[in-house]
Amino acid sequence: MFFRLVYQSFYRQRRSKLLAGMAIIFGVAVATAMIAVATDIGDKMNRELRAYGPNIVVYPREETLDVEIGGVNLKPVTSGAFLKESDLPRLKGIFWGHSIKDFAPFLSFKVNPALPGTASSAPSELSVELIGTYFSKTIHYGKETIVTGVKNTYPWWKVEGAWPSDEPSADQAQPVNVLAGKQFADDHHLKSGAILRVGGRLLKLSGILSTGRAEDRAIIAPLALVQQIAHRPDAVRRLYVSALTKPEDALARRNPKTMSAVMYDRWYCSPYANSIAFQIDEALPYAHAEQIRQVAQNEGSVLSRIMGLMWLVTMAALVAAVLAVSAAMMNTLMARRREIGLMKALGATRTLVAALFFAEGATLAVVGGGVGFALGILLAQRISLRIFGSSLHVEAALLPVVLLVSFLILLLGSAFALRRAVHLDPTVVLRGDV
Amino acid sequence: MLLRIMLRSATVRRGRTLITLMAIAVAAAVSTALLNLYVDMQVKLHREFRSYGANVVLSAKDGASLPPDAIATLDRELAGRGAALPVSYAAVRTPAGLPVVVAGVDMARARKLNTWWSVTEWPSLPNSVLIGARAAAALSPKGDPFDLVFDGRVLHVSIAGILQTGGPEDSRVYISQTDFASWTGLQPSVMEIAVAGSPEEINGFISRLAALFPSADVQPVRQIVEAEARVFDKTRSALLASVALIVVTAFLCVLATLTSTVLDRRKDFAVMKALGASQRMANLLFAGESAFLGAAGALLGYIAGIGVASLIGRINFQAGIEPRWSVFPAILMGSIALTLLTAVIPITMLNRIQPAVILKGE
Repeated sequence: MFFRLVYQSFYRQRRSKLLAGMAIIFGVAVATAMIAVATDIGDKMNRELRAYGPNIVVYPREETLDVEIGGVNLKPVTSGAFLKESDLPRLKGIFWGHSIKDFAPFLSFKVNPALPGTASSAPSELSVELIGTYFSKTIHYGKETIVTGVKNTYPWWKVEGAWPSDEPSADQAQPVNVLAGKQFADDHHLKSGAILRVGGRLLKLSGILSTGRAEDRAIIAPLALVQQIAHRPDAVRRLYVSALTKPEDALARRNPKTMSAVMYDRWYCSPYANSIAFQIDEALPYAHAEQIRQVAQNEGSVLSRIMGLMWLVTMAALVAAVLAVSAAMMNTLMARRREIGLMKALGATRTLVAALFFAEGATLAVVGGGVGFALGILLAQRISLRIFGSSLHVEAALLPVVLLVSFLILLLGSAFALRRAVHLDPTVVLRGDV
Repeated sequence: MLLRIMLRSATVRRGRTLITLMAIAVAAAVSTALLNLYVDMQVKLHREFRSYGANVVLSAKDGASLPPDAIATLDRELAGRGAALPVSYAAVRTPAGLPVVVAGVDMARARKLNTWWSVTEWPSLPNSVLIGARAAAALSPKGDPFDLVFDGRVLHVSIAGILQTGGPEDSRVYISQTDFASWTGLQPSVMEIAVAGSPEEINGFISRLAALFPSADVQPVRQIVEAEARVFDKTRSALLASVALIVVTAFLCVLATLTSTVLDRRKDFAVMKALGASQRMANLLFAGESAFLGAAGALLGYIAGIGVASLIGRINFQAGIEPRWSVFPAILMGSIALTLLTAVIPITMLNRIQPAVILKGE
């Protein structure tokens, strides 16, 4: 009998039930989509924030002071200590190695290039910084293959022409492809394809680089070539690392030397900029790594604002979902108040009315909620693909949370309607006054 | 008469009216809060991004310095929308011959612009300096006062605090602008400027500056400007998508509620027509009622929504969100249009049916 009542209710009132079901589907879908997007946005934004460039710098421990103003080095760099290029792949071997997204080594010194058209024997008056780095180099560490370099770490570097290759040919007579800074190229009327001579090697400009910084006045070449010209095999002056980090909190700011063992473990195993720098220190004992505070510190504050915003909007979405469900449930009740009045007049108890309503609601909830959940995940995927260009990572742990939230939404949404149904006075309803 | 019918129908069927009104009001409140937030968020986020420091750099041509009134001009031009910091640089030596870069800045301005600087203590006394961590290790490992030589003139300085940034600042010594000028005789040559705004606004600002300082170079800091544009765009799109979704949900549920309300009243409708009401009269009555509900709900919702938006602003940005009156017409029009739409569809459906059929109860 009970089941027949429920079945009949669905069968007879297809349109009203469909409307209610639609509302539930939409409400749950929006709630699911928002929760999924909000939980993933921190990770997505963290990646976007890497557009600000490297957040950790590594330099030799023994190094003397930098003497540079506005990015222009005033001190000859042939002296001092160096990092070893051959040690760089070890970065990927540290505890948070997979957090290290990209890195770029640098070695630079002043050279006197001979411009095209000048006699090869005449000594050049021109003095320009020759910067060696990785453009997009393939590196092997264990079984892993990584492609890294300035192309990834400095997304605002723009090249007119082609990026050069990282492997200059061993043949000394062959010209090596390099980039010329925009300012330098403009000052000397150089175009892509021009050939310069530096320290016995021919450099061919494959493109013009514009960065808005000191690199605009320099020549940028593969690291291997600069090491050859400087007679400093395996040497690296500076290493810039772009890592995905966790925003700094109270624990991150504490000094690891004064921590208890448990706290130290927690600090070590959190991807703070400081703990990653500390692990780099361990991996390269003669080097010192440090967070670049302008990038690392602000990352946290911007990230927490954006995440806070998304969570608050998610709350609004949940309110809207409850509203949608309760409106739908209220409608089904209102449309059937006479029926309920009749049932009560014929002796149905409050429990029975509540049970009937609950069964109907639950059926709607399971079907609508299920479809809504699937729709919501799809929706979240679309949003993620559209905005961030990468698919959404839905944590398995999220599933029960979303289901619980959907259930709560449905419960909360139907509670009001259920209460009214139970307390409906049959005489008033049947007289037709409401 | 018309008014009385509307008033009676609202008061007699109080429960139903209240639910409808509630639905409209909540939908309007959520929409108001989110639209308000969306408009205001852009300004707030741009301000938040200014914690990254300078995004425009004004520099004098090689060897020259900026005009002495540059900072006053800039402060006028910025008008509270950002901060500017004049910097003068000199490469000096220690008595032992070690080269080091000294920068002269206004400490209060530096503190405001470079929020990420980690400083143990800001200098306040004359000839006390802020020294970069690496410079400190090289020049004065124990924190003792030391000498600096510029062009034969010796300056004896004491260390007020250590500066740590992880950038080139770590190798420099920062000294107050007045001490720097009286020691070296050099005036600021670089102006670091943080200006809040959209990329278009920043470009406009840059071209205004270029016109104001024809003898200097004005450059955006591309690292900061481009990254900000990118992150900002993504945030805005994510927020816009969410806001659109939520507003659509809220309005769909209002649609569902209202449609069923009107369908519910098909008996009243039939009675009215049976008693001789014209088609127009009946339509007017239903439409008027709906529009009235829509307007009342929009007003209530708008007020509540402003409160919610302001609360969100306070929680997330520690600053309230100003009510945007421009949102109100949109909410009001939207509500009325929606309620009218939800009234018209069922009425046209009912119009096709004879009153007798409805009254018979089929």
